[in-house]
Amino acid sequence: MKSIIAEHLIKTYDKGAVTALDDLSLDVAEGTVLSVLGPNGAGKTTTVRILATLLKPDSGNAQVAGIDVIKHPDKVRELIGLSGQYAAVDETLTGWDNLVMFGRLYHLGKQQSINRANELLERFSLTESSRRPIKTYSGGMRRRLDLAASLIVSPKVLFLDEPTAGLDPRGRMEMWGVIEELVKGGVTILLTTQYLEEADQLADEIAVIDRGMVIARGTSDLLKRQVGGERLEITVENSDVAQVQEILARISAGATHVDSRTVSAPVSTGSTALIEALRALDELGIHPLDIGLKRPSLDDVFLSLTGHVAEESVAAPLKKKKGERK
Amino acid sequence: MKHLLSDSFVITKRQILQLARIPELLIFSTIQPVMFVLLFRFVFGGSISTGQPGGYVQLLMPGIFVQTVAFTLAATASGLAEDMKKGLIDRFRSLPISRGALVIGRTFGDALLNILVLVVMAIAGVAVGWRPTSGFMRISLGFLFLFAFGYALSWIGIYVGLLVQDARVVQNVGFLVTFPMTFLSNAFAPTTGMPKALQYVAEWNPVSSMVAACRQLFGLKNEFGATATSWPSQHPLETSLLYMIVLMAIFIPLSIRKYANTSI
Repeated sequence: MKSIIAEHLIKTYDKGAVTALDDLSLDVAEGTVLSVLGPNGAGKTTTVRILATLLKPDSGNAQVAGIDVIKHPDKVRELIGLSGQYAAVDETLTGWDNLVMFGRLYHLGKQQSINRANELLERFSLTESSRRPIKTYSGGMRRRLDLAASLIVSPKVLFLDEPTAGLDPRGRMEMWGVIEELVKGGVTILLTTQYLEEADQLADEIAVIDRGMVIARGTSDLLKRQVGGERLEITVENSDVAQVQEILARISAGATHVDSRTVSAPVSTGSTALIEALRALDELGIHPLDIGLKRPSLDDVFLSLTGHVAEESVAAPLKKKKGERK
Repeated sequence: MKHLLSDSFVITKRQILQLARIPELLIFSTIQPVMFVLLFRFVFGGSISTGQPGGYVQLLMPGIFVQTVAFTLAATASGLAEDMKKGLIDRFRSLPISRGALVIGRTFGDALLNILVLVVMAIAGVAVGWRPTSGFMRISLGFLFLFAFGYALSWIGIYVGLLVQDARVVQNVGFLVTFPMTFLSNAFAPTTGMPKALQYVAEWNPVSSMVAACRQLFGLKNEFGATATSWPSQHPLETSLLYMIVLMAIFIPLSIRKYANTSI
């Protein structure tokens, strides 16, 4: 049973000048987490906005919890929760005010709204700060409150658009913990992220999107397997880079890759290759600043799939539609 | 539709809560009109001679009342634009709330604030010598007119806010529209001193009709120059009412449609 289905979504902005989605299709099985992974401007937010009834596609179909998003947006809204890139809560109000207000807007009774607000504040460890205006909250607290607001009626499907963008490592870890809890509760989640590590950590499946299309789809392991095995990575002083490149070319069967002072290449023999490289370095009197075997990361997946690293690909016109970045 | 009113009230309540959480907002939105009352009363009051008993302040107060409610346009527009910028509108739109509740609620909130501002200004006015003479019923009707005018302009504000979507730009646009509108009128000085062409502009300016209507309701005589015999000068009450009805008839459906169309 699929909880989210998107078929051949096309969306252009500025009268067709910018293509945000270019025949994008994806689906998410009930109770699982799909991470939509891609750089800025790849179409992640547009996808979420269409599925969450905020935006109409130029063409294509979408269903959420079995309901047509375009024909019955009102019914879809009763079943979904949305937590955006920008904490969409009223910053002048307190956390408690916000949650009670959203409860009322979900048409819970007054007392029910209050109870639910208290429950959620407790669950997200925000009880202590619940009477303070949100603008005094840390980034992580704000996101947690935003997430709490999207959980008021226990949604069947949850959209999390870059839930940890802009958070410090601690805030990110906290957020991950919260999301993992939700997953255990059985909700279906579509989560967008630019952090390859985050997709790896949280998702059952990953859809890599670039320039409005899904370019790869599968479990994290499957995607990593596409890139191949381990890589040997050596960081040295600039003057030694050329020599290290030669050494790696000798040891490795694949192509070497240079990124400023770090040289890397795929290896199949694991620690044997590492020892071999160390010996060669030692013979030439080169002292590596860093050396190690790296399991392929999703960064590598992205690089091998798109031919470019995970960074901003399309451009600014999308931002205008999403509002200003803080 | 079932929840349209109750959803709107939740949004209105949010605005009231904002004022409670940031009392400065409330203070500044009432201090500015009071400042205008004092400045005009004491800076110009001495040099503008009027043929009216009670002096300039009698003519001034209706003008300042109208100017203040005219600023509702910019206030509504920038409040809405601010919400859009912060992504709050997206959150509201993803909720199963009635279409239109968000904008209707905001116009209610701004209307409530206007009541408070008008009360504070009236007290300030009385303190500096304003003495309307027409009796309770007609004075109340005058305030009802002011309130309704502010409410009508609020709906233009909704449209402008949805159109421009940037709070700072909206503020500037608001000032650019509101200042000429309030000064190209009979609000602060009689139009008789203006070049003839401008007198005709001022004549058809809704602000002039509103000011003339309030003066009439507060028991004053209106003075007009070249336009003294025209219909709007002769019938300020009717003209004002007509303006308000036309504005609301155009901008309420237009704004609600615009709001609904920006989503699905």
